[in-house]
Amino acid sequence: MKLLTATVFCFCTAMCNAQDAAMALVQKVKAKIDLVNNYEAGGTMKTNVTFLKVPEAQVKIYFKKPNLLKIKNEKGISFVPKGAVSINLNNIVSGSQYTALDAGYDKIGTVKTRIVKLLPADDNADVVLSTLYIDEANLVIMKAKTTTRTNGSYQLDMQFGKYISYGLPDKITFTFNTKDYKLPKGVTFDFDDGTNAGKPAEKTKSGKAEIIFNSYSINKGVADTMFK
Amino acid sequence: MWNLLQIELFKISKRPRTYIAFVAITAIVAIFQFAFKADGQSYMDLMMQSAKDEFTFDRVQAINGYFMCYIILNTLLIQVPILVALIAADSISGEANMGTLRLLISKPVSRSQIIIVKFAAATIFTIFLLLWMAITALLLSIVIFGTGDMLVFRTKGEDSQIMLITKDDVMWRYYAAFAYATVALTVIAALSLFLSIFAENSIGPIIATVCIVIVCTIISNINVPIIDRNVKPFLFTSYLVGWKGFFYIGTNPDGSTIKGSMENWPAIRNSLLILLAHIGVIVAASIFVFRRKDILS
Repeated sequence: MKLLTATVFCFCTAMCNAQDAAMALVQKVKAKIDLVNNYEAGGTMKTNVTFLKVPEAQVKIYFKKPNLLKIKNEKGISFVPKGAVSINLNNIVSGSQYTALDAGYDKIGTVKTRIVKLLPADDNADVVLSTLYIDEANLVIMKAKTTTRTNGSYQLDMQFGKYISYGLPDKITFTFNTKDYKLPKGVTFDFDDGTNAGKPAEKTKSGKAEIIFNSYSINKGVADTMFK
Repeated sequence: MWNLLQIELFKISKRPRTYIAFVAITAIVAIFQFAFKADGQSYMDLMMQSAKDEFTFDRVQAINGYFMCYIILNTLLIQVPILVALIAADSISGEANMGTLRLLISKPVSRSQIIIVKFAAATIFTIFLLLWMAITALLLSIVIFGTGDMLVFRTKGEDSQIMLITKDDVMWRYYAAFAYATVALTVIAALSLFLSIFAENSIGPIIATVCIVIVCTIISNINVPIIDRNVKPFLFTSYLVGWKGFFYIGTNPDGSTIKGSMENWPAIRNSLLILLAHIGVIVAASIFVFRRKDILS
């Protein structure tokens, strides 16, 4: 009986320690993210969604604490996935209303990452679960998977370079769920060029948006009007 | 021949009905421009309805002159055949109705020349009509709405697509589309001319042309596999909207568009050749029939 009690006690202690360590790690990451109050970044956005045929776009990304983020194509039109605001990592790790669970280790490329699952304390929160793959050495999130109640799941994959000290990536790949896009019937009168027949289109239910950042201007101030 | 053409063009210019087409186009374009200026967002919401929860984009920028022209042409090029028929179907039957046909063929010009000149005059009218459409639907829309990247909404088989063409890649597509539309509408002009040979007033050939266009358009748009395979390829109406092919931009395997490309140029080229063949056959048939016709009026 004593042995069993001791075993349970040790297990619980270990679990608590692991949880504390995970929470501490998330807080360290958050502290790094907090170094950035605002930024203006330039980059190239590539969108890959079955029903969208769009060119690569030169975009500007504006961020301001705590959660203002805007992606703008200043030379034309860009389709920006609504969930892309989650590229602002503040959205994922802000606040302390979650429980961090240690879920072991994994490798992303050559980098060993620690997996931390974040469970929101609020039962009615839109985010149900976030899984973070954290590079402990550099205190940056390499990958984040988020499951939401209303907007499906999405995933962020990040590659870091010269702005790693601010926790800002050089490249972000945002993967998200898409629905079928259907035009109202009888409004387009399209030219049938013979490519429709007998070829059921391959339908993927996920889309991707890839942003490659060329430059950042960090903590130089961003006007609120940019987010309107 | 040139004198004969000038006379034909003079006759067309003197007919009040010639200007009905120009007035009709102006009115339709103006209505569209007013409607989109007043509430273009609603149209954009309708087209984007199943994707608007997933993406954000600048709707105000999306409603620009290029987009407007595409929407207007999409609607107008279905009705314009009727306007072309108004003039072309009057070519021979109008002369018969006024009693000038016998006088015309008594002149020292062959019947073949008369048909060729009538056809050329109808073609020139068609070109002017399209130029007017370009001025009102494209240039005026650019003045009112400005320019920008162009969105093209398309249904391809069971799928729907949104294509985005950058603004520096649009104008050549319009030049090509208007050139294609000229060929497409010339088929209607040739058909109307052919039908006008058989009538003694222009109402019959106008109605006959319109009926043929409507019936063939309906058949062209019925999605029944047996009709798709066996009937559609032989109907000129299946190729009338081929101008849109210039706006179906080519893409890389990852879905990103390729500037200056078309998705299926061979299909557009073949459509163009089929329309030209229709023109050749119908004009040849017109000459053949007119040369053998007893002129009694």
